[in-house]
Amino acid sequence: MTARDLIPIAVLTILAALLPLVVTSSPVLNFLVFMLIVALGAQGWNILGGFGGQFSFGHAAFFGTGAYVTAILQLRYGVNAWAGLVLATGAGAVVGWSIGYLSFRSGLRGSYFALVTLAFAEVFRILANAASFTGGAAGLLIKLDVSPANLQFADRAVFYWLVLALVAAVLLLTRWIQRSRFGAQLVAVRENEDAAKALGVDSLAVKLRAIALSGAVTALSGCLYAQYFLYIDANIAYGSWISVELLLAPIIGGVGTVFGPVVGALTLHGLGEVAKQFAGRIPGIDLIVFGGVLVLAVAFARGGILGLLERLRDRGRGMVARGTKEVSHAGR
Amino acid sequence: MYSPQIILEAALNGLMTGAVYALIALGLTLIYGVLHIINFAHGALLTCAMFGVWIAWAWLGMDPYLVILPLVPLMFALGYGLQRFVIGPASHGDDGNILLVTLGLSIVLENVLLALFQSDTRTLDTDYSFQVVALGPLLLSYPRVIGLGVAVVVTGLLWLVLNRTDTGKAIRAVAKEKLGANLVGIDVPHVYAVTFGMGCACLAVAAGLLMPTFYVNPRIGGAFVLVAFTVVVLGGMGSLPGALLGGLFIGVVESLCGLFLGDSLGQIGIFLIFIAVLLVRPTGLFGAKA
Repeated sequence: MTARDLIPIAVLTILAALLPLVVTSSPVLNFLVFMLIVALGAQGWNILGGFGGQFSFGHAAFFGTGAYVTAILQLRYGVNAWAGLVLATGAGAVVGWSIGYLSFRSGLRGSYFALVTLAFAEVFRILANAASFTGGAAGLLIKLDVSPANLQFADRAVFYWLVLALVAAVLLLTRWIQRSRFGAQLVAVRENEDAAKALGVDSLAVKLRAIALSGAVTALSGCLYAQYFLYIDANIAYGSWISVELLLAPIIGGVGTVFGPVVGALTLHGLGEVAKQFAGRIPGIDLIVFGGVLVLAVAFARGGILGLLERLRDRGRGMVARGTKEVSHAGR
Repeated sequence: MYSPQIILEAALNGLMTGAVYALIALGLTLIYGVLHIINFAHGALLTCAMFGVWIAWAWLGMDPYLVILPLVPLMFALGYGLQRFVIGPASHGDDGNILLVTLGLSIVLENVLLALFQSDTRTLDTDYSFQVVALGPLLLSYPRVIGLGVAVVVTGLLWLVLNRTDTGKAIRAVAKEKLGANLVGIDVPHVYAVTFGMGCACLAVAAGLLMPTFYVNPRIGGAFVLVAFTVVVLGGMGSLPGALLGGLFIGVVESLCGLFLGDSLGQIGIFLIFIAVLLVRPTGLFGAKA
């Protein structure tokens, strides 16, 4: 990675870190924290779905695992919240690798892979909803005990900075993946798995690494969710809506790009808030906007918002290039 | 211990629930077999049909079974329009895109229903909702017996349409070889839309059969769509008899799991079968080798 790779990430992170100094209203901070948690989970989806081309419709399986592992470790075994964070992330990697091993070994791809991930998430949801170990349908309540050692902060801004730092770390990770040999192999598998294999890429190993990383990052976001709201149940943590949300953000923002998931999460939730402001009490209005934006993005902006911007920039450059050509013609 | 009679009754009830699953899966598998797409909006479209039945009952006082007659052409038209004017043009013929477009559609449909009807659960009651039919020592729910009969008839009708009519011939041609069908003058986008419409028409029948004993709310479709995916994968994507048998089988599994494991775990059997089939034999029991 070069300075050119690092500077945009650093600048954006610093700008975002200054926000809580300007905005102090807690609903806005809540919104920002939630949006960043979604962005983080979506970054996890993007590693597998964006760079690897394996569209998962069940990333809730990882999100929920992160949330439940940290909650159960703290409640039942008295483990420290920070250790819980690390273990939850590890658990996400293990679950990711296992689901990946089962499905990729069987050669599932495309729609079949989407369906099998959806089914895994559903199995986890039903189990978590039924077992008493996971609190059953009542869910789990993490004890309120505000102290930095417990990963609970009196000031919302501190949690915001924590999530922001992790989002920035994953931005760096994604940029590294993009520049690394592993990333190149992953993209090769996405574009044409058979061709990649023929060139000696161990496609199974590459996909397994991707899904383990992806599971870890998304589990981390689930863990942060549990830690911020201090309550989870099966329908929140393993619900199909979280799976949808984690895939919407990268697709709207720009699938397989470093900033796509963050841009997408910001756009979606921003639009959702605007729609709520305008439409008032109509339930589900923000989700109607989400669905509509998804259809429009697929129809008209296949690279998402970032893809659209790039195309506009290229068109701008094209015009400049054409302009100079005309000038040189005139000169002749 | 469970007496054999309870187990048999549970199995038969499951068989009859399975008939409705089969109808929902028929639409899904038909669409998959021809368009080669997984229609994520199937559940939301079922919810639309169920609300259609409920509205006709609540506002016009129509019998839910009679509503099926006008609802079938309406759902056909809705499906035709969606495929022709939204899904087809928006997805540029790419698999992943179709998945996403139908997902987007399902989110929109579900939440439009939510905006219109709020999240309340609605039921309708008829004289026969709780009637039973005695079959020897067994007591069977009357609406479910009807459901089983209609599901078998509809499967037969669909088979006839596909195998004995010109439209059916065109549909099969497009399913086999899109380009060749186009070359001999078949209007492929039209056939796609007709197929999608037929898949939705199956949902109208399923909705009419479900409503006397079930309830509707804007999120109900999700519960059915995963089961329908399971049925389709189990029966083999694109296979009509596979969908019918798969549906019946899944109904029995769900009912027996519910009996032995309790209601909250009842559906887990379905998903474990789903995962197992996907991992071991993704072409399903009746599907052609991919």
